[in-house]
Amino acid sequence: MASLQDRAAQFKPAPMGGAWRALWPLAFALIVGVLMQLVLRPNIDAYSSTQILNIGIAIILAVSLTIVNGFTGQFSIGHAGFLAVGGYVAGSLAYYGSFAFFGSGAAKLGMLSGLYGAPAGAPVFTGGEILFFVSLLAGGLISALLGVAVGLPSLRLRGDYLAIVTLGFGEIVRVLIQQTPQVLMSKEAIAEAPAWKVPLSVGGSLGFGNVPKYTSHFWVYAAVVITLIFAYRLKQSSTGRALLSIREDEIAAEAMGVRTTYYKVWGFVIAAFFAGIAGGLYAHTLGISLSPVDAGFQKSFDIIIMVVLGGLGSISGAAIAAAIVTYLPELLRTPETLEKFAVVGIPLLIVGFAMLGMAGRRSSEAELRSGRDRRALPRVIIGLGAVIVGLSALAFVAKRFNINLGEYRLIIYALALIVMMITRPQGLLGVRELWDGALYRPLRDFFAPRSGGRGA
Amino acid sequence: MPGDSSPREELAKLSARPVSKGHSPCPRFLPTPAYRVDTLLQTLKDGLTIGSLYALIALGYTMVYGILKFINFAHSDIVVLGGWLSLITATAIVEKLGLTPGQIPPWWVGPLVLLIAMVACGIIGFTIERLAYKPLRRAPRLNVLITAIGVSLFLQNTGQLQFVFGTRPRAIPQLLSDQTLLQIGNVHIRLLDLVVIGTAVVLMVGLEWLVFHTKLGRAMRAVSFDVRTAGLMGIPVDRVISITFVIGSSLAAAGGFLWALSFTSIKQPADTSWVLLGLKAFVAAVVGGIGNVRGAMFGGLAIGMLEVFGQQYINPALKDVYVFAALIVVLLVKPGGILGKATVEKV
Repeated sequence: MASLQDRAAQFKPAPMGGAWRALWPLAFALIVGVLMQLVLRPNIDAYSSTQILNIGIAIILAVSLTIVNGFTGQFSIGHAGFLAVGGYVAGSLAYYGSFAFFGSGAAKLGMLSGLYGAPAGAPVFTGGEILFFVSLLAGGLISALLGVAVGLPSLRLRGDYLAIVTLGFGEIVRVLIQQTPQVLMSKEAIAEAPAWKVPLSVGGSLGFGNVPKYTSHFWVYAAVVITLIFAYRLKQSSTGRALLSIREDEIAAEAMGVRTTYYKVWGFVIAAFFAGIAGGLYAHTLGISLSPVDAGFQKSFDIIIMVVLGGLGSISGAAIAAAIVTYLPELLRTPETLEKFAVVGIPLLIVGFAMLGMAGRRSSEAELRSGRDRRALPRVIIGLGAVIVGLSALAFVAKRFNINLGEYRLIIYALALIVMMITRPQGLLGVRELWDGALYRPLRDFFAPRSGGRGA
Repeated sequence: MPGDSSPREELAKLSARPVSKGHSPCPRFLPTPAYRVDTLLQTLKDGLTIGSLYALIALGYTMVYGILKFINFAHSDIVVLGGWLSLITATAIVEKLGLTPGQIPPWWVGPLVLLIAMVACGIIGFTIERLAYKPLRRAPRLNVLITAIGVSLFLQNTGQLQFVFGTRPRAIPQLLSDQTLLQIGNVHIRLLDLVVIGTAVVLMVGLEWLVFHTKLGRAMRAVSFDVRTAGLMGIPVDRVISITFVIGSSLAAAGGFLWALSFTSIKQPADTSWVLLGLKAFVAAVVGGIGNVRGAMFGGLAIGMLEVFGQQYINPALKDVYVFAALIVVLLVKPGGILGKATVEKV
């Protein structure tokens, strides 16, 4: 009769298996990043490449906030504060570090850095990139430390009150950044300033635009892959289940022995770390001048909108919504592109309605809850088709009557947001994930033979 | 705001200027200007003005929160709307009367403008509630919150359009004479200050009476206590909620009008300073105890005083930090707010 310990030992993974599990996401991230940078980027124009970069950063932000708002159910509306802290710490380290190590604040681009790629003949890897990587991590870690500070009030506060505290945190970060002294532009100025003041000289309300511009599709999408895999694994892990239990019912979770405080603070710390990384990437992006406004509530709201739109608790939903929210207002700027979309939208609508017709009876409550909703896929397709056709029609009308749609784009965005919240309160995917079968399960159920009675 | 110097800050700078030494009986012990009694009085007066404005705006937040339990982020945009509507009506009336810019219009113009702004904003508040919030009565609160942000974005960007309010700050025509009624030391108490504080106080006393001494007020308190039971007791819940929105929005409009009156120049609808004003008023509601009408009045005054005193005596650049730090401290020490009751969660 084997003891429990003996039996537990049988389940321990092989040592090399653990290493493989730990390392393959990194390898995968590297491969995706390299492909994005060396294969995709040279083949697209400058405008699209900026858009794709912004979408990547938005995905990291949205997925990180999902960990707090979606998994843990804690309502944080100061997420931009972490973004700004990470951005400023990373930016300051990289900028003044460049002066210390390389004698100037300019970026030393390697083959994988820079929004528009490195100049011809750049080395594969440079010291500057190591510095950039270290500053990114440092930004993330400092931001995570602040996550502890913000997470701790959650010991006492619940719901809206916690939300207000996080909002206050973001605002305080914003005002404090505004008070920082001007950026030191030259080696001499840095030598003259007192040592403690140098890293704090990040430009105050004028913004901090001198950060060396390392960020590229490689860095952003490698980070996106790592964030997504991390969030996915977190959701599956025991920590993730503890977080989810807090979201469902905090009191019940505590009664079941979940250390709610401990896990809530962890949720904040993890989310703050990734937001800090996203901030570092943002700070090093070409054309961006980091400013205190990036810590403000408006930026925080943008991130929340992505999370809620995607479905609270859904990683893939947040990522998709991040892409949509970043791209939609830009799309409205150029109605010509919109018109082309009608070509995609109308077939989508037809396919969706056809599937709805075939799916037959209404989906029951139980089906909706279990995710075995036969009509979910047709609905998503119809919704998507309707949105695309609606936007295209809008673009057509605008062109016909010579209205500059760009002027109204934020009004349209606001209206779309309100309508979306009223008609589909659970967001794009609800609590499900793409890989949960929101896409393929309805198809499988549709083709699978119907089992009698209550269904499998 | 970056690079922003509001009239309030300029006022504070003026009041901090050194006073001639001739009057002082004992020049050797002349305190620094910041510690003079005039400065104290001036700061007190500023705090009272700002505080009563915050209180008026905070009332709207607190009433909506008390009943629907969500933070109405579109409330600050109603304040802006009130300010801009008063500006436009005041300009129109002054033009109609054919007054030259320096002339003071007759006394009834001010109240009329206030009334028009309040009624218009009340109607708009009603419409917003019916179209945007009512369909979400049973939805999760986060959805209602996002909808509120959507409404806020909508109002801001519509107001910014060239044919609505435009993107430039404008000045409201002078509605009151600039005369000084009372002078204490270097502190001038103008008619304007009295009107601003007086209007705010009258409106607040009116609201207090409405909430605690009328049938409607009792219905509002009942709905805020328990929506379902109130409905079962025969209270028309939807109507009460609508009326709450109308009252909150008209108070916001009054706040906007008084804001325009005291700072003359009004910034464009999407300016971030407006959102900050709304946030501070909201902080005031929370500090006083959200859902509590008297708490909002008290919180408004407290936050206004804190901001103005911090600005005068500690560091003017950090005035927003005091407000938000006070918020965090109050919530940590007394999570229900100063006048609020701590709620115990039952299983």
